[in-house]
Amino acid sequence: MSAALGTEPFLERAPLELRDWFVQLLTRWFHLPELLQWVLHNLISIVAILAVFGLFFAFTTIAERKLLGRLQNRLGPNRTGLPKFSRLLGGWHFKHKLFGLTQPFADAIKALTKEDIVPAGADKLLHFLAPVIVVAFSLMTFAVLPFGRHYIPVEMDAALLYFFAAGSATELAIFMAGWSSRNKYSLLSAMRALAQLISYELPLILSVVPVVLITGTLSTQQIVIAQGGLTLGFLPHWFVFTPWGFAGFIIFLVSALAESNRSPFDLPEAESELVAGHLTEYSGFKYALFFMAEYFGLTALSGLGITIFLGGWQAPYGFLEFIPSYLWFMGKLVLMIMFFIWIRGTLLRLRIDQLTRLSWKFLVPLALINLVNAAFWSLTADCSAPLQIARWAASIIVIVVPFFFMGRKLSAGFAPRTYRYAP
Amino acid sequence: MTLLPLIIIMLLTLGSAAVAMMLRNLIHSALLLILSWAGLAAFYLWAGAEFVAFAQVLVYVGAVSMVVLFAVLLTRRSRADLEVPPPALKRIFLAVFPSSLIAGLLIGAVMGAFPRDNSGPVPELTVKDVGFLLMGPHTASLLTVGVLLTVALLGAIVIASPEKPEDKP
Amino acid sequence: MLGSGILKGLAVTAKNFAGSYYDPKRMVTVEYPEKATPVPENYRSFPFLVTENAEDPMGSLRCVACQICEKECPPQCIIIEKSKDKKPDAAGKMQLYPAVFNIDTSVCMSCQICVEVCPFDSIKMDQVFEVAATDRFTDLLLTREKLAKPNSYYHKIHPTEADEVDTRLTAERQAAADKAKTAAAAKAAAAAAKPVSPTQPAPAPVAVAPKATPPAA
Repeated sequence: MSAALGTEPFLERAPLELRDWFVQLLTRWFHLPELLQWVLHNLISIVAILAVFGLFFAFTTIAERKLLGRLQNRLGPNRTGLPKFSRLLGGWHFKHKLFGLTQPFADAIKALTKEDIVPAGADKLLHFLAPVIVVAFSLMTFAVLPFGRHYIPVEMDAALLYFFAAGSATELAIFMAGWSSRNKYSLLSAMRALAQLISYELPLILSVVPVVLITGTLSTQQIVIAQGGLTLGFLPHWFVFTPWGFAGFIIFLVSALAESNRSPFDLPEAESELVAGHLTEYSGFKYALFFMAEYFGLTALSGLGITIFLGGWQAPYGFLEFIPSYLWFMGKLVLMIMFFIWIRGTLLRLRIDQLTRLSWKFLVPLALINLVNAAFWSLTADCSAPLQIARWAASIIVIVVPFFFMGRKLSAGFAPRTYRYAP
Repeated sequence: MTLLPLIIIMLLTLGSAAVAMMLRNLIHSALLLILSWAGLAAFYLWAGAEFVAFAQVLVYVGAVSMVVLFAVLLTRRSRADLEVPPPALKRIFLAVFPSSLIAGLLIGAVMGAFPRDNSGPVPELTVKDVGFLLMGPHTASLLTVGVLLTVALLGAIVIASPEKPEDKP
Repeated sequence: MLGSGILKGLAVTAKNFAGSYYDPKRMVTVEYPEKATPVPENYRSFPFLVTENAEDPMGSLRCVACQICEKECPPQCIIIEKSKDKKPDAAGKMQLYPAVFNIDTSVCMSCQICVEVCPFDSIKMDQVFEVAATDRFTDLLLTREKLAKPNSYYHKIHPTEADEVDTRLTAERQAAADKAKTAAAAKAAAAAAKPVSPTQPAPAPVAVAPKATPPAA
């Protein structure tokens, strides 16, 4: 994480200064050489990210269960309180179960204490490595997300490419999981999962390319900085408020849902599909690791979507900047995750052929058209006021018309459902 | 001491490639080959070429590996087909001879490409510079690669498209 | 247009979400065990024995140990032993009563055949389902003390059935009482009309005053 922040408000620089103070303290006590100081410095960043996003993962699981419950006209889990502490709290705990917010810890203990069953004919090394690899690469994608104005773990020029490279390595782990189970249904499901992941990598990357075109850089921090300021005096300069950015954001949302195996694209791991698909032969903590990797992937992709389209850690208007930048990022992340949970509670699961058809025949052409649209946008950036209106109108038409026609072709041949009942 | 990372990367890459050649199980060989590609990406990172390193991971580990694994899995008839028979001595000799020729050629080419004195500063090449170079002096090769990819994609679509109704009896 | 269905669906779930906070009637689940969903009237779990009044359960069982339910029970989970003596029942007649009446609820399959065949409306289906026990052989074998529940309870769980049973029983007892009264009146008239013969012993009084007690509420 970069420094150079003497003039920032206190809340903004407090965590960084805390870290620096701690490193200085340990250096003074143990006379650490330069290398160890650097190691300690980065180790604290890594531990902070793991702790924050581990807790965020726990929050996401309980939020998902409760939100899904309320979306389905029922209450989510609200029984888990703090066991054994009721005596300390004088029985208050019995009446008030903390809204069930300690449920993820109960789930974690359950996952840890379950028996770890490995099939007798399984490939032991691959069976063990698959969850490790998938979690490792999902966590590695967090290294380039800018969480705040000075809060990016590793600042590199090709940050976006790194993100996609680390994300694509998780697909290998899914294949390993399906193969090593020595279960032909797991293998079949792993192949389907792989087909889905590969199909949706293309729209994912293509929806991000227009942003690279406009900002001229692959670095995530630069992309966020380019989204400061206001267009037309009232709209923040976030890319989602431009026509091509909005289309790109929608394509990115759909592809992110599919890349993290999440409803409505959760064919690989849904309960009614080949049991749990490639995860069938996993139990206990390894299953929890896969689960965790899926949520980490979702969080990372949401973080990337926020960075690229929603302005990252930027506050929308200048007077709101008293809230620190990392809180803006977290707030937007929470909103996006809730939106994904909302989508999960609403939409039906797609079949594998519907999935792949959606990607190749709908999203990829739209993403390519969006790229041309963004090129047109960037070329006409400096024209005068009445031409600006024409520019916005042309951009919007270039998005809406192909969407309309390709949407009709996609759902062609299906009349609205009619119901016939027995007399 | 500064070469320690290089030595580790070298051992990882070459070691996994060698073990991949020696293993009997085809899937394990494929996965070790993927590991050696990842080792190559690490080598590019050590050499300071971030863009190439990430592109290597994205393309090889992310996509080509899938192609290899799909090809292996979809073309075998049973699990027994995955066992590769141990090589006979003649095959080993026939493998060593051309590979040593190629290795000699490559080593000679690589070592001959470096100037005698390389004490000058290491060039700092950012991704932006790579972009300008690709779009400037090397546009022709970029466009040729683009045309090649388009042709390959069209060919794949043609091969994979369902048969026309008039082909059926 | 593609996506309009999705947007409509999102609106429906958003309404569900908002409604779940201010409109508790939308909820399809209840927070068991603090609250319970009301069971339908015809719900049945295991049988119980009806007693006429709550103060003297063992003395006012309607069951007369006829053992019909024991014979008809498909898994044979009812065990009855007749008593050696007789006690007057609600209508005043001297009836046997069950000294032992056990139902093994681990075997009972809640088929309700015992209820259907009982001629005295003495065994009915209960609705209690929270009967988990730790010992199969002692806790799940219900004796007649545990099985006996008053008629008021029967009214509470099966109101319409209980009303129908009560009207029928009162009518029967009324009819029996009327018959006994006319028989006694006829007997008295016959005794008064006949010439008195010294060799014939006086006819023993036969009729017992029918106690048409209303069902204890």
